[in-house]
Amino acid sequence: MITVNGLHKAFRVAKRSSGLGQAVKALFHREYKVVEALKDISFSIEPGEIVGYIGPNGAGKSTTIKVMSGILVPDSGTCSIMGYTPWEQRVSYVKHIGVVFGQRSQLWWDVPVIDSFELLRDIYNVSEQEYRSNLSLLTETLELQELLGIPVRQLSLGQRMRCEIAASLLHSPSVLFLDEPTIGLDAVSKIAVRRFIQTINAERGVTVILTTHDMSDIEALASRIILIGKGRLLHDGSLQGLRSQFGTRKTITADYRTCHRPLVIPGASMLSWSPERAQFSIDTGETVVSEVLAVLSSQVELVDVTIDAQPIDDMIVQLYKEYQLS
Amino acid sequence: MKLYWKYILILFRSQMQYRASFWLLTLGQCLTPLSVFAGLYFLFERFGQISGWSFAEVALCFAVIHMAFAISECFGRGFDLFSSLVVSGDFDRVLVRPRGTILQVLGSKFEFTRAGRLLQSLLVLVFAISRLSVEWTLLKGLTLFLTIGCGVFIFTGIFMLVATLCFWTIQGLEVANILTDGGREMAQYPLSIYHKWVARFFTFVIPFGCINYLPLMYILDKTEGNGILYMLAPVAGIVFILPCLLVWNIGVRHYRSTGS
Repeated sequence: MITVNGLHKAFRVAKRSSGLGQAVKALFHREYKVVEALKDISFSIEPGEIVGYIGPNGAGKSTTIKVMSGILVPDSGTCSIMGYTPWEQRVSYVKHIGVVFGQRSQLWWDVPVIDSFELLRDIYNVSEQEYRSNLSLLTETLELQELLGIPVRQLSLGQRMRCEIAASLLHSPSVLFLDEPTIGLDAVSKIAVRRFIQTINAERGVTVILTTHDMSDIEALASRIILIGKGRLLHDGSLQGLRSQFGTRKTITADYRTCHRPLVIPGASMLSWSPERAQFSIDTGETVVSEVLAVLSSQVELVDVTIDAQPIDDMIVQLYKEYQLS
Repeated sequence: MKLYWKYILILFRSQMQYRASFWLLTLGQCLTPLSVFAGLYFLFERFGQISGWSFAEVALCFAVIHMAFAISECFGRGFDLFSSLVVSGDFDRVLVRPRGTILQVLGSKFEFTRAGRLLQSLLVLVFAISRLSVEWTLLKGLTLFLTIGCGVFIFTGIFMLVATLCFWTIQGLEVANILTDGGREMAQYPLSIYHKWVARFFTFVIPFGCINYLPLMYILDKTEGNGILYMLAPVAGIVFILPCLLVWNIGVRHYRSTGS
């Protein structure tokens, strides 16, 4: 469905220098430096997948999305989406994709939402029948009924985002690009947007490519993540895969009957200790959980034990550090 | 074309959300060129005529140019305000829709308030025609229409050229006003009153002369010999838009390879 092979993209950025003298000089002669936004990016995506595309700011996420949606032409490399090369057959290609930029609206600001939808119908040349059925499905799943008659500028951010996503699906695209769809949303709206993305993926088989900084989006939605940093592809695989590779640290919290003797557990590092409760972390690559529990129960009378996996956010931070990205 | 109409319809509905501002702006657009026209009137009051052109004749020229300018500002405003589209990143949105870029940019903005300027220049046109002692024929009427129509093409072409500059630089576009506002101010007088090189520049590089001086000669019976060339001079305006379209496409290609 989507095959990306060896994408390269470099930008020439004017060097900014401080000082008046430098600024005057820059008027006549500018120095440029080449920033490599994408370096040899390759991956492929099957129909119906939800892929989380993540990386720190400036990693090249947006550049990739722009190349894949036909806005930018890469320096080298190939990309085939549904048989199209996005930047070559732009007009015929973009009929099959939907794009949501989280920070920019695609709706007409001053008119009711439904008017924007109708204009989009005409722009994409959607047949009346297809439009009707799409609209009723979207209205139902996104609970848009009450919003359709309200001018966009009066909608809250969460309401607007629901309308934005609906707008990008009116022409039944096979691929949906979501660039930070949950940015700035409150918890309720986030969950509504996520649930909707799941619904549309399950019912229509829409392939979703999602960029986000919110790791809970990824946890809730994406079975697969592609991590890039400084223009290079760092990880491509399941979230579990990433976990077993990097997220091997677990935190064990134990509550027990009062015991004043300090605990001694080989292979674990103590995070906190009190006569009733202790918290320590282990690396599952080196220490086995059951052994730790056995040692633990031989020393104290356990009341409760919880084992937490490392939060994905921490994992990403650790990853960035490992690749020296931040 | 049908789609363009729908773009305009939605923009009109947006505009109607701000009625008071619409009426005030329209009134303002009507009054600004009126004061310029008043200046013209007092000038002729004092000097009688300029290089053999009478007040009514210059008024005709004035009306033609201002009508063309008002219409192109109505329709071509999207190009006029194009820098904001690039700065906000909304041009990316244009590129992910399955339509031509020119249609979408034209459809991004429509300046209804320019109806004020249009109305004002229409009044001047009526005034000029009533004061001229010209024998009107069907051909002359057609030439007048052609002149205004082609003027629209020229101004829109200039808007496009300026908009294309936005792909390279966002700042410093004020310079481009020399061509739009400056061109309009120049061309509201018959070009024959200026220096030769000025008249040549505005005839052969930016063909204002073709919609101002040359066809007016025909309408006002000032030509010698065959009038057909003078009559068809405005067509140059349509030819002018072709290189503009070319330059625009080069600009879009540049944008798509640099992303800025």
